[in-house]
Amino acid sequence: MSDLAEKADAAITKPPPWNDPFIRSIFFQIVAIGLLGYFFYSAFENTLSNMSKSGISTGFAFLGREAGFGILMSLIEYDETHTYGRTFFVGLLNTAIVAFCGIILATILGFIIGIARLSNNWLISKLAGVYIEIVRNVPLLLQIIFWSVAVLQALPGPRNSMQLGESFFLNNRGLFLPEPIYGDGFGIVVIAFFIAVAGTIFLKRWAKQRQEQSGDQFPVFYASIGMLIGLPGLVFLILGMPLSWEYAKLGRFSLTGGTNIIPEFMALLLALTMYTAAFIAEIVRSGIQAVTHGQTEAARALGLRNGPTLRLVVIPQAMRVIIPPLTSQYLNLTKNSSLATAIGYPDLVSVFAGTTLNQTGQALEIIAMTMAVYLTFSLTISAIMNWYNKRVALVER
Amino acid sequence: MFQKTLGVIAAAGAVAIMSVAANAGTLDDVKKKGMLSCGVSTGLPGFSLPDKTNKWSGLDVDVCRAVAAAVLGSAQKVKFTPLTAKERFTALQSGEIDILSRNTTWTHTRDTSLGLNFAGVTYYDGQGFMVSKKLGVKSVKELSGAAVCIQAGTTTELNLADYFRLHGLKYKSVVFDTSDQSIKGFESGRCDVLTSDQSQLYALRTKLAKPGNAIVLPEIISKEPLGPVVRQGDDQWFNIVKWTINALINAEEFGITSKNAASMKSSKNPGIQRLLGTKDDMGKKLGLSNDWAANAIMQVGNYSEIFERNVGKGTPLNIARGVNALWSQGGILYAPPIR
Ligand SMILES: N[C@@H](CCC(=O)N[C@@H](CS)C(=O)NCC(=O)O)C(=O)O
Repeated sequence: MSDLAEKADAAITKPPPWNDPFIRSIFFQIVAIGLLGYFFYSAFENTLSNMSKSGISTGFAFLGREAGFGILMSLIEYDETHTYGRTFFVGLLNTAIVAFCGIILATILGFIIGIARLSNNWLISKLAGVYIEIVRNVPLLLQIIFWSVAVLQALPGPRNSMQLGESFFLNNRGLFLPEPIYGDGFGIVVIAFFIAVAGTIFLKRWAKQRQEQSGDQFPVFYASIGMLIGLPGLVFLILGMPLSWEYAKLGRFSLTGGTNIIPEFMALLLALTMYTAAFIAEIVRSGIQAVTHGQTEAARALGLRNGPTLRLVVIPQAMRVIIPPLTSQYLNLTKNSSLATAIGYPDLVSVFAGTTLNQTGQALEIIAMTMAVYLTFSLTISAIMNWYNKRVALVER
Repeated sequence: MFQKTLGVIAAAGAVAIMSVAANAGTLDDVKKKGMLSCGVSTGLPGFSLPDKTNKWSGLDVDVCRAVAAAVLGSAQKVKFTPLTAKERFTALQSGEIDILSRNTTWTHTRDTSLGLNFAGVTYYDGQGFMVSKKLGVKSVKELSGAAVCIQAGTTTELNLADYFRLHGLKYKSVVFDTSDQSIKGFESGRCDVLTSDQSQLYALRTKLAKPGNAIVLPEIISKEPLGPVVRQGDDQWFNIVKWTINALINAEEFGITSKNAASMKSSKNPGIQRLLGTKDDMGKKLGLSNDWAANAIMQVGNYSEIFERNVGKGTPLNIARGVNALWSQGGILYAPPIR
């Protein structure tokens, strides 16, 4: 008996290599990867050679050539003497900035509306419901065009700007703000601010420890605000206020000087924010409702009021349900920002995959680079959200 | 719009990957389809504009109709695909259209690096500027600091940058995809200036609610020879489009019109006989029937008829022949002989 078992054992542990399931599976995976790689490589080569056969230029040399066209808005220095490569970064940053601002604003608005939707106040909850149903069900492109038309038509021309004092102007060329001119020593104010930030973090830790030990609470919030404003403010005053402003002035055609937020940006941001907020609101609502009512009752039984119940008990648990779908809303918002081209906002698709592509004709290279950017943005957002998700995940003991 | 752009790009990608060796043979394709696919603008009065029943008209449209008449025997066998300036070359490269006739400027870069060939010039244009009357501007040189509405993917965009830089002027470009959007931007005051090929400014001005409030400045800052474009590498098709245009211009020179073409067939003039296919095998040399040019002229008209019908004196655009007159009448229109 034991003899037989031993033999069987030996047979299992010692199959010939071509019959070993482990070796086999590795072998076939390598073959599959090799074939796939060869497929992509030959498709790529084939495409390139076909393109050069039909007289279409290929390669990335165009990135170093002078672009020769102007772009309405740029976060980095740019004029028509810069290169096509530079137009890539101008477009990329313009996309990044609407996506970034949109994500933050949509999150804030979405949470407010989502919580309002659950309000006990009939009017507030119905209003939130109506907002969600309307905004969610109208195509985003229409909303973008609507806001662009609404913003542009409603605003007066540069000569009749709406203005707040002598420093803020709003007209159909955008919002004009004073531009800060930093004097000597402004860097020290910035350093002071960061010291204050570090102080706040430290304060929070300390207050938490103290509360755990003694039960005494410390007004961390007000103390932090005081520190964040007070410390840099004090340094600023001591240094003799090293900051001045350049105001926008009316020129022959429009306002010149100052900084300018273009109306296309405002329209796009508004549309993306409102649209995504409606979805986020639903996610927040369902997340909160997923926390069993027992949790709220338990918090009540411990004597917590409504606010702290929501903040300390319900939302932290709801977050686990909220974050994964929230991530996909962030990804949607980022990708939706490419609809910018419909209203002339110079985002990556409009500038690089639009004008640059058209002037150079190098569709394959440019579309590949553009796709790589959206992919990178999406993967970055996912990575950050996954990290955050791990942090808030319930630690089961 | 956006989806269409993506569609065009995707089509380009797919075609590129599946190898574009199928370059030659546009003529056979067109004959097999029984239909010419022609890329035009999204709507530009005088050049290519659909009416309420989706019937297209315009100078660029008539060029396609003439080619269809020469190749298929009927000027009606054309399918028009509206394209923005940005989409147009990709649509041609990918084979979505057989000919691009969309007020497109012939430039060195486009001719040499896009895999395309310009088959000739059907309208000599130049870039101009339109401003609102109340600004009181008289010259382009006064435009420093202005916001300028332009269309993405045009030569206009590049000329503007060159000219303003050369003259030390500042500007802000507000870029749109279609001329409809540009004109709305101009009308709503988003920009002070609209710049484009000058003929198109007159065309776009007719779209304003109050055309009288806008003026076109006198300066012309560039050369914009507009003409039809085909894919590189199909010489036969290239020749067909090139010689169809030449036939229309030569017809004007000979005084052959849509009305008298039939009777002109019995003319004693060997030049006219060759053009109308009663002498020699001019059509055969292109791979067409010998009455190719006669069909085009009878169904669409000679160059002068096309010009006057779409952009000439009797139309809202009211453009004089100017440089677009025949070389023998003070213009620069000069077609090589058909012989
Ligand atoms: N000729 C120039 C400009 C062509 C162009 O696109 N012009 C505008 C006029 S503003 C146009 O035709 N728009 C018609 C449309 O949007 O389809 C070029 O080839 O780049």
